[in-house]
Amino acid sequence: MEISRDKLLWAYERMRLIREFEDRLHTDFAAGKIPGFVHLYAGEEAVAVGLCAHLRDNDFITSTHRGHGHCIAKGVDLREMMAEIYGKATGACKGKGGSMHIADVNKGMLGANGIVGGGPPLACGAGLTAKLKGTDQVTVCFFGDGASNQGTTFEGLNLAGIWKLPVVFVCENNGYAETTSPQYSVAGQDIAARARGFGMPSIAIDGLDFFAVYEAAGEAIARARRGEGPTFIEAQTYRYYGHFEGDSVRYRNREEEEHYRSRDCLYRFRQTATAQGLLTEAELDAIDARARAAINEASQFAADSPMPDPAELLTDVYVDYPMAALWPFQEPAVPVYR
Amino acid sequence: MTAMVEEAVRTLSYREAINEALRLEMRRDPTVILMGEDVTGASHSEDESHLDAWGGVLGVTKGLVHEFGRQRVRDTPITESGFVGAGVGAAATGLRPVVELMFIGFMGVCLDQIVNQAAKMRYMFGGKARIPLVIRTMIGAGFRAAAQHSDSIYSTFVHFPGLKVVAPATPADAKGLLAAAIRDDDPVIFCEHKLLYDVKGPVPEGEYVIPLGQAEIKREGGDVTIVAISRMVLHALAAAERLAQQGISAEVVDLRSLSPLDETTVLESIRKTGRLVVVDEDNPRCSVATDIATLAATQALEFLNAPVKLVTPPHTPVPFSPTLEDAYIPSPERIVAAARATLG
Ligand SMILES: Cc1ncc(C[n+]2csc(CCOP(=O)(O)OP(=O)(O)O)c2C)c(N)n1
Ligand SMILES: [Mg+2]
Repeated sequence: MEISRDKLLWAYERMRLIREFEDRLHTDFAAGKIPGFVHLYAGEEAVAVGLCAHLRDNDFITSTHRGHGHCIAKGVDLREMMAEIYGKATGACKGKGGSMHIADVNKGMLGANGIVGGGPPLACGAGLTAKLKGTDQVTVCFFGDGASNQGTTFEGLNLAGIWKLPVVFVCENNGYAETTSPQYSVAGQDIAARARGFGMPSIAIDGLDFFAVYEAAGEAIARARRGEGPTFIEAQTYRYYGHFEGDSVRYRNREEEEHYRSRDCLYRFRQTATAQGLLTEAELDAIDARARAAINEASQFAADSPMPDPAELLTDVYVDYPMAALWPFQEPAVPVYR
Repeated sequence: MTAMVEEAVRTLSYREAINEALRLEMRRDPTVILMGEDVTGASHSEDESHLDAWGGVLGVTKGLVHEFGRQRVRDTPITESGFVGAGVGAAATGLRPVVELMFIGFMGVCLDQIVNQAAKMRYMFGGKARIPLVIRTMIGAGFRAAAQHSDSIYSTFVHFPGLKVVAPATPADAKGLLAAAIRDDDPVIFCEHKLLYDVKGPVPEGEYVIPLGQAEIKREGGDVTIVAISRMVLHALAAAERLAQQGISAEVVDLRSLSPLDETTVLESIRKTGRLVVVDEDNPRCSVATDIATLAATQALEFLNAPVKLVTPPHTPVPFSPTLEDAYIPSPERIVAAARATLG
């Protein structure tokens, strides 16, 4: 599949930004600077970026608890993301959602999700909107190998199939759901094969190879845009860090980790792009430096931002609701905006 | 002598107490099984070093697989509707499953199997079925885990006839109530507060049960009754301590069981003190807190010297940001203020 130089530069930059972002969070979490559950996407960058490379600003994605990479690939602001993860008022969700609920609906990013399997039905809904409004918007639904067993995922596949919805289902098979491999949890062992039962084209690809992802994604998204219905992609990938930060990772071997790290998606991208004379080492190095600077800047922005005003506790619950009813039966413990 | 004293005051964490109850009940009854996501971990692997890789997301079921094996300590796929429902079916047909629904907010994924199947089968079948199922689930804010992993929405289950609901506050209660829940022939929702797991307390050795449906007075007092649930019992006790320094004697009633509810203990305390504060971490509308207020209004109004005070979170989801979450959770300060307000 043809890919322009600009697109290549964009893709490498997005992948590098994700890696730098996640590596930074890994360090900051270990230093006790970040509260809560943080699930990192390092290692899986080629999947989010290979898909989002074909999306427009007004296309949609649904994401998972491991959502930072999807956000960055879809163009959510890095500074707002970092601030959100630190619980700051300037965060993408004003500090109310945190890492697991990071979202920017204005960028077509319909949210990371704390519920495994929460995304597929939502993606069908976004697809239905596009279909009924007659736009050619596409929705990409990211979910994990673990989520592939959830009832909501099967229900979503069926709906998308019968209604020919413009949805691309992307199963990020990173080999584990928490500690459990699909070898144990997936009956029949073949995630991509299951989707064929819903009457849609389905393929398994090397998710560590940006070019393979880019190609499969291009076909699937073009098909959805033409109104020809859903496609399923199982992208085989690997997460470098634990399930969440703080996980001691006692369920896989170092040799396996080294094997995947030796096939690192960024490293392979560089190799392919330079070997084929598409980009130069110098261009790629410049992107690396820019990405590092951008993450430093985002991090500084988060550090300098204020915590939310306690009164924010009572905002954004509804579009319209009596404020006084938000802390019933007692004196509110925070100021109430009237 | 020293050895005996040491044994008598043995301290365990809430996590260890729950683990011990599971172990003792599994030894006692071979039909007791555990199911849930990563309750042991790495079930795909034959590598010895991977065995029991997690033992539950916060380590509560750690070690059990070594004694009872993977048939009885079963990792499940992420498919709550499937394995919670399988727990209901297994309970109806001769096993005593203890199923782990990791966080109570995940109830949405499997609610039908709990409220339409488990809760109603016995009644619909004219009493011919028994569902000896326990669903262990984590509740509680304060972990910075945000809106979908921080709920304390046990009142949802209290709402359904056919379900029993318990929420222990101390390690000793956790052990005794879990044993009782496992031996009980009805479905029991067992709510574990994730911020209590590392809290330690004295726990008797060996088997014992604390009957479902019995509240406990955790601190005696004469001026005001503070009814609390789960971690809020600790906040109520902290508040009572401060009130004591101000010359106010507060009685702290730990409900322990939310369904059935020990109305007698609550009413006796209200009759004694004439004042009532209810502290609940659940959402404030249609809650156990409003149930207790209703109990006071319908059964003890003539004993009340002041309006009932509720101390609950706001009618909002649980926020992520620490400053917002800290304002969300009922604090000892708010409990002190509410208790003082009942005293005029
Ligand atoms: C309904 C539900 N069940 C369980 C969990 C707990 N949980 C969070 S992530 C996860 C594993 C998900 O695995 P997978 O879908 O493969 O995604 P990955 O973490 O590998 O990206 C589990 C079990 C949850 N958040 N929601
Ligand atoms: Mg996975």
